[in-house]
Amino acid sequence: MRENATGAARLLVADDNKVNRLLLTRSLELQGHRVATAENGRVALEMLRRESFDLLLLDMEMPEMDGFQVLEQLAADLQLRDLPVIVTSSLEGIANVVRCIELGAEDYLAKPVNPVLLKARLGASLEKKRLRDQQKEWMRRFATREVAQDLQQSGFALGGKRVHGAVMFTDIRGFTALAETQPPEETIELLNTYYTLMFDAIASHGGVVTLMAGDGLMAVFGAPLPLPDPCAGAVRTALEMIETMELFNLERVAADKPQIKIGIGIASGEMVAGYAGTNERATYTCIGDTVNLASRLEGYTKVAKRTILIDGATRAALSDRVQVESLGPVPIKGKAAPVDVFSVTLGQKL
Amino acid sequence: MTEPMIDRAIFDELEEAAGPEFVAELVDTFLTEAPLMLDELRHSFAQREADNFRRAAHSLKSNANTFGAHTLGAMAKELELGGLAPVAEANGQPIEALAQEYARVAAALTELRDA
Repeated sequence: MRENATGAARLLVADDNKVNRLLLTRSLELQGHRVATAENGRVALEMLRRESFDLLLLDMEMPEMDGFQVLEQLAADLQLRDLPVIVTSSLEGIANVVRCIELGAEDYLAKPVNPVLLKARLGASLEKKRLRDQQKEWMRRFATREVAQDLQQSGFALGGKRVHGAVMFTDIRGFTALAETQPPEETIELLNTYYTLMFDAIASHGGVVTLMAGDGLMAVFGAPLPLPDPCAGAVRTALEMIETMELFNLERVAADKPQIKIGIGIASGEMVAGYAGTNERATYTCIGDTVNLASRLEGYTKVAKRTILIDGATRAALSDRVQVESLGPVPIKGKAAPVDVFSVTLGQKL
Repeated sequence: MTEPMIDRAIFDELEEAAGPEFVAELVDTFLTEAPLMLDELRHSFAQREADNFRRAAHSLKSNANTFGAHTLGAMAKELELGGLAPVAEANGQPIEALAQEYARVAAALTELRDA
């Protein structure tokens, strides 16, 4: 966001008429804003895609690309759809005003623009934008980029849809014991470092973190956006996590701190992804047998004394691309029949 | 034409909001641009280009209203809304009437600018 603490904003004025352009620019500059101008809709769009603006003041009747076309293009552009637009026009007919608002214009000011009215409407629009930017920023912080995008595109609705993907669970071995031996501040710091490293690995392979609980993490590959090869993404992430933890442990050993060991379980297949909770508080999550199995596999790493365990479906999807050790059919809690479990050989490149 | 070419209340308000020096520049810009818009009106009428004709009339209307030139604004608005047909019926006369009103407005604006 370009808007600074004094309320001065960076604005774009699009108007084909020079007198209008000069006058509007003058009014806005007198209000302390920084103004750039475009002489038609096409130029305005180019500038909006190149530079960052807080708000667009848009004339409707313009050659090359008129204001209606600009509004349509903005609405279809993920980067620009939230840019507030105030239409300034002397268009005849209420139908045209309605059309502007329907196309997403925030406000409509008839020309000649009254400077006092301009100031009030502009202030209101910029304030709304500031709140929206803040919301987006919070959403970025508390949800991943993919979930935030999904929310912005599809809106929020409780309920899910069936997707095909891979689920990964990880946790830190002996975390409780570790937490007891050090001050809580140090534990939080350790968790933050751990999360930063893990989030980075997950995101770089197209995964989305859907759950953080203490030292445990759940990540999904293939939702909310489908991935061409979700199993490879999950296993690559797991391998990268282990490599990262080895480097991290070198630092910890050097600092005379205990090493951190993690266990990872991955399962793939169909699951239901969506928002669960209430309309007031909900979380993006995935549920289903696949998710349960991934969680059980993660738990089973302690029993099997292996680091990364995957299910038969993940193994089948990757076939020869991954080196594994078969642990055979294993009885898993919650499963009637034993399940094929494979341990992923560490240090390989997929 | 008995009523004044320029509504002084609107012109004074403009000077107060934007500053007299700026308005003098704005008048100059209008005096440079308006003849081009009139040319565009004549040209697009001759070529029967409805969109360009409407846009030129719209621009003139918008600027006329900015300076308080109500009569000029109303005449331009009529061309904007009416389109080519009525002008063709009257053999282009409405454009020339508009040009004459513009000449009066230009003289009045020049006087106000230099006052």
